[in-house]
Amino acid sequence: MTELLARFAPGLQEWLVLCAVLYAIGLYGLLTRRNAIALLMAAEIMLNAAALNFVVLNRFTSPQLVDGHVMALFVVVLAAAEIVVGMAIVVALYRIRNTVDISHMNYMKG
Amino acid sequence: MDGASGWMMQHAWLIPALPLASFAIVGLLVSPVSKRAAGIVATLAIMASAACAYLLAWEYFTLYPPGGKHPILVPWSYEWLRYQPGLSVNVGVLVDPISVLLLIVVTTVSSLVHIYSNAYMHGDHGFGRYFTFLNLFTFSMLGLVVAPDIIQMYVCWELVGVSSFLLIGFYYMKPSAVSAAKKAFIVTRFADLGFLVGVILLSYFGFRLFPEWSAEVGAATNGLAGTQPVDFAYLNHPAFLARFSELHVAFLGTSMLTLAMILVYMGAAGKSAMFPLHIWLPDAMEGPTPVSALIHAATMVVAGVYLVARLFPAFAYSETAALVVMVVGAFTSLFAAIIGTTQDDIKRVLAFSTLSQLGYMMLALGVCTTEYAAGYTASMFHLFTHAFFKALLFLGAGAVIHAVHTNSIWEMGGLAKKMPITHITFLIATLAISGIWPFAGFFSKDEILVSALAGGHPLVFGVAFVVAGLTAFYMFRIYFVTFWGHGRGEGAAHAHEAPAVMWLPMALLAVLSSVTGFIPMGEFVSLGEHEAHHGINLAIAIPATAVALLGMGTAAFLYIGDGRRAKSAALAMGGAYHVIKQKFYIDELYLFITHRIIFHYIARPIAWFDRHMVDGGVNASGWVTRTSGRVLSFMQTGQVQTYGIWFTGGVAFVILILWCALL
Repeated sequence: MTELLARFAPGLQEWLVLCAVLYAIGLYGLLTRRNAIALLMAAEIMLNAAALNFVVLNRFTSPQLVDGHVMALFVVVLAAAEIVVGMAIVVALYRIRNTVDISHMNYMKG
Repeated sequence: MDGASGWMMQHAWLIPALPLASFAIVGLLVSPVSKRAAGIVATLAIMASAACAYLLAWEYFTLYPPGGKHPILVPWSYEWLRYQPGLSVNVGVLVDPISVLLLIVVTTVSSLVHIYSNAYMHGDHGFGRYFTFLNLFTFSMLGLVVAPDIIQMYVCWELVGVSSFLLIGFYYMKPSAVSAAKKAFIVTRFADLGFLVGVILLSYFGFRLFPEWSAEVGAATNGLAGTQPVDFAYLNHPAFLARFSELHVAFLGTSMLTLAMILVYMGAAGKSAMFPLHIWLPDAMEGPTPVSALIHAATMVVAGVYLVARLFPAFAYSETAALVVMVVGAFTSLFAAIIGTTQDDIKRVLAFSTLSQLGYMMLALGVCTTEYAAGYTASMFHLFTHAFFKALLFLGAGAVIHAVHTNSIWEMGGLAKKMPITHITFLIATLAISGIWPFAGFFSKDEILVSALAGGHPLVFGVAFVVAGLTAFYMFRIYFVTFWGHGRGEGAAHAHEAPAVMWLPMALLAVLSSVTGFIPMGEFVSLGEHEAHHGINLAIAIPATAVALLGMGTAAFLYIGDGRRAKSAALAMGGAYHVIKQKFYIDELYLFITHRIIFHYIARPIAWFDRHMVDGGVNASGWVTRTSGRVLSFMQTGQVQTYGIWFTGGVAFVILILWCALL
């Protein structure tokens, strides 16, 4: 079983493709979803794709170091902070406008 | 340069500097505090300047006694603008017989007019302003007189123009004074355009020919060290003139010298109000009368004559230019004398008389050549004597106007008894201008007539001769109408003698008008070879006096009494009288040319071009910016996601480019 698993163990390329796919999914969500909370979630997916990228490259290029892991931890912390602020904004917006649909949020229209 | 000694010679800059300092002090400090003090300070400054001028004249003629050779000195100069090595413009003081002569004339007349104005302008609104401007004018005029180079001359030339403008428009609440000031300024500025082009031509070619010339005449060893290409010493030098006249203007077929001189003469003609640029001078009489006496009779208007005299070698070198000077001068003197016989405003008659006498001075310069330079002396002599008697006539007219409150001679009359001193001084000035022995005008007019005839211009002599008769006629006409007979107006009945502050300067000028004729001017002012003073040429003096007496007699015949004879004479002349009275419709002609032709065919299209092309271009660029802004603003949806798409697209595009570049 472990052998089988070892035989099909994903290499660097597979991992990077996974990262890219995750990132693309996040970007797509960010550009298309109307719901502000969904946007935050999409941004979260993109952050995680980036963090995963750090870990993968650390693992395959210099396994004896932990720089990438440290970076990934930073990203996680940052994402937590970001989601707090983002949620606060969304809640504040909801209180004012009774909706979280960002297609209505066009005060900056020229 | 060399040989300049004596304290005053070294400090000759004081003569123009005193009025300048007084101009600033009176204008800024004294005038706001006390009007009375402003008049006194201004007058004292000019009198100090006059004392300096007399001292300078005394030193100069002690050093170079009359009858000897009179060098041109530049005892003081200061480098003002340095363009490059070999080309700089100096300000300085030039001392030679004619500048000394003018210094004396300007400071004397100016101080007398200042004294007179203290009474004449008394209680006038703007008393302090008046004296400030009068000081400014005196400074500018003195700066012009002592200019050693043509640039300083030009700067002071414009300064006298602007102070004349300010003083003509002194009563700025009066629309006629404002338009007269504008007219004077525009006409003289138009003439100065020619002068400026002439100055540019002279200095440009002067600078180009300068190195050659320096080498040729050995400037460094010849006492000409430090001469600059704009200095009169250089511009009048025969070696320069010879080279300059060899240059030809391709399209006119004349020499560059002639062109430059005619352009310079255009400026001189504007300032000295020669035909056809004379139209501003009669209107300039809107200014206060003492101003007319100082600026528009004795000093500023002779600046043109002085300029021609200053550049005389250059004018004489170009025969065409000298011919233009002569013809314009002779024509103006006749033309103005004819108009002068019909005017009703006492000051306007005097203005036309000034024009006529300026024409005299110009024609005297025009008839003389470097070989026979008697006209030069005669012109300067007439300038000298004319300044005194014409200033006196104006001051007398001012006293009369002050007494009767009108300018029209037909509302005066019978003033001889009421204003005895004014009457006597005015009579002396009238005799002087008419050329009756022993008054000053007789001698200078005689010299002009002699020089015209001996210079080989019988026609010019004839014109000058006729003008002498006309002068006597129109002067005695206003004399008889103003002072004889019975008072015709309300003002004339209540007229009284002017105060002493006014009649004292007049009395002094009357003395000068009586005695200056006996100065042997040829001993002081002469050009090149000194000529012996040939005394009075009886063959000319007797007919000239006869024609003056004839003019005088005609005036007496027509205007003593009730003036019925004058009316019938005017009727007998019919249409001609009317044309002359309207000054040959020159003003109307000017109006026609400016309004109908220049405004209509030149100014309007230019205005249209300005409004539609220039402004249109500016407006179009505004329109393009605004419209493109409006179009581009549609891209600003305010949707974060739209911006995100653009941003993502941009990043993708950059990556694509990098990709292509790297692979």
